[in-house]
Amino acid sequence: MPVISVRDLKKTYVVGDIQVHALRGVDVDVEQGEFLSVTGPSGSGKSTFMHILGCLDRPTSGRYILDGQDVSTMSRDELAKVRNHRIGFVFQGFNLLSRTSAIENVELPLLYSRQQIKGSERHKRARAALEIVGLLERSHHHPNQLSGGQQQRVAIARALINNPSILLADEPTGNLDTRTSIEVMDVFQRLNIERNITILLITHEHDIAEYGTRTIAFRDGHIVSDQRNTVRRMARAELAALPPPEILNGSTVAVGAK
Amino acid sequence: MMRILMILRVALKALNRNKMRTALTMLGMIIGVAAVIAMVALGKGAQSSIENQIKSAGTNIINVYAGNFMSGGVRQGSGAANTLTIEDANAIRTEVQGVQYLAIGVNTRTQVIAGNQNWSTRVNGSEVDWPAIRTWDVKYGSFFTQQDVNSSAKVVVLGSTVSTNLFGEDTDPTGQVIRIKNQPFKVIGVMASKGSSTGGDDQDDSVVIPYTTCQKKLMGIQHIQNITVSAAQAGEVSAVAERITALLRVRHKIVQGDTDDFMVRTLEEMAAMRTETTRTMTYLLAGIAGVSLLVGGIGIMNIMLVSVTERTREIGLRMAIGARSGDVLMQFLVEAIVLSIFGGSIGIALGFGISWGVTEFLTWPTTISSDAVLLAFGFSAMVGIFFGFYPATKAAKLDPIEALRFE
Ligand SMILES: Nc1ncnc2c1ncn2[C@@H]1O[C@H](COP(=O)(O)OP(=O)(O)O)[C@@H](O)[C@H]1O
Ligand SMILES: [Mg+2]
Repeated sequence: MPVISVRDLKKTYVVGDIQVHALRGVDVDVEQGEFLSVTGPSGSGKSTFMHILGCLDRPTSGRYILDGQDVSTMSRDELAKVRNHRIGFVFQGFNLLSRTSAIENVELPLLYSRQQIKGSERHKRARAALEIVGLLERSHHHPNQLSGGQQQRVAIARALINNPSILLADEPTGNLDTRTSIEVMDVFQRLNIERNITILLITHEHDIAEYGTRTIAFRDGHIVSDQRNTVRRMARAELAALPPPEILNGSTVAVGAK
Repeated sequence: MMRILMILRVALKALNRNKMRTALTMLGMIIGVAAVIAMVALGKGAQSSIENQIKSAGTNIINVYAGNFMSGGVRQGSGAANTLTIEDANAIRTEVQGVQYLAIGVNTRTQVIAGNQNWSTRVNGSEVDWPAIRTWDVKYGSFFTQQDVNSSAKVVVLGSTVSTNLFGEDTDPTGQVIRIKNQPFKVIGVMASKGSSTGGDDQDDSVVIPYTTCQKKLMGIQHIQNITVSAAQAGEVSAVAERITALLRVRHKIVQGDTDDFMVRTLEEMAAMRTETTRTMTYLLAGIAGVSLLVGGIGIMNIMLVSVTERTREIGLRMAIGARSGDVLMQFLVEAIVLSIFGGSIGIALGFGISWGVTEFLTWPTTISSDAVLLAFGFSAMVGIFFGFYPATKAAKLDPIEALRFE
């Protein structure tokens, strides 16, 4: 059974008298453990698609089955619960709370968990998540003391904290330089390969899309192509080939930090 | 329960992230609450000090004066007229219901001399029940008797100020002789100290002698100047006063529509007037202070609105990772309540401090009433809820996607 199953998904925005058809009927199935790259030009409907898959928004019509459950008709609060328990988000702008340590940022989703989680347990899980993204030793740094790549890794740790079935990332490398982008892609690939986490990654850069196992392309609210990646780029190998290796472990502090 | 604690923690963290703003916002509440508490304490203090003075004078006392300030034409000082007689007094004593004690009064001001000390003071001519009416004890010796009144005896009971001035402090002068208007009077007692009256003059600066002696030996008059009556029941004072008025109007043949040639005054009446004035003052001050509380509340709303706008992305993020609208609403509401209650608590402490300082350094009496504290505290919590609610709903209604996109 697919993790995500979408049928004839449509989304129409009404702005004044104008109707904007952001999604015009999308069908797609995503299996557990896939790494799906979502590409397409700006304005083609990628983010709209992702917001619906992430239960941040509801479709105008069509069906969306997540983990075998129809979420297209859920209430606002039910959707909040689904977001909390089953979905991890990574945004282009990181969206970390300022003046708040990395570990507290990572713990944040647990505060809204429907079952109560004790402070010590929250801490343990946040440390585990930070360890996965290789930032354990920076757990008490504030966002302004971390580089862009490190901040994005904190955001990934936050997305992982509730063991979600899918991880959604909207242009997560959009604000990062090439090298840090590869670092972040390495984290995604490891999560995908080692932990079998399903990943949907939006990017308008083709070379970033190549880190996935499958690529779908949007144009004008339609999926215009859907193919398995025949050659998959591997971030780990690329990083090993790059010079100054000290950046790789997150041991360098960003310029202006501390 | 744990959920509340969690929300409280989140709110405290958010407030902690912007300490300066938090402090300034609270300042509005602090000043408002402190003002309410201090103002009410001042007003209540004034009120209770007046009440105490009146209590010490005796609340069930009715004074009857000869003459009337209010009568048109010639303005006579009370007591200057000769309209009150001993028969009037006896009629009140025997015919008016509810009278407990009665004392006829005449008074004058003169020199009193003991050895080479002399002192100008007020001489009260009165009757034996005078100490009972005034609830005023004798410290040394004893008060004069009916026998002394009947025989116009030259005996005197000194007020403590007079005693001190003539004989020195803490000495018992009973048995000594003093001269009043060049006539020898035997000192038979000294009254205990009573302090200032409601009017502010020293009640201990006086001497008491039988009224008969005062009339004949000092003043050479037949009439009496006033009658002091105490009502048997405190609650009956005005009723007794009305009965006295009615009786005297009949005795003085005053027809309907004419003004009395006497005045009947109760201390209660005067007390009520003064208490009323201070109460109005208290309300006024509390009202002004209340306005500053309101301004403090508006300050909180203002800051919370700014805060919601500023933190739109944060709200979006919290929603994206699973916060329900209710969680966001609670977070901002709790922030506002924490602000106002924290500010309110500090304000209460400051109000206590100001009241204490006013009493300590300005010697104005203050009374902190638990009412005012509860009111100020309750009001600040209400202000938090009321003025926090709108910004909190605004935050909770945000659409997560729009909020996340907000620049
Ligand atoms: N909230 C909105 N209201 C109106 N139109 C919108 C809204 N969000 C997106 N759109 C429109 O929907 C289309 C798809 O947008 P989007 O999904 O953001 O594209 P992409 O992420 O691929 O750049 C665009 O034409 C955009 O202008
Ligand atoms: Mg987009």
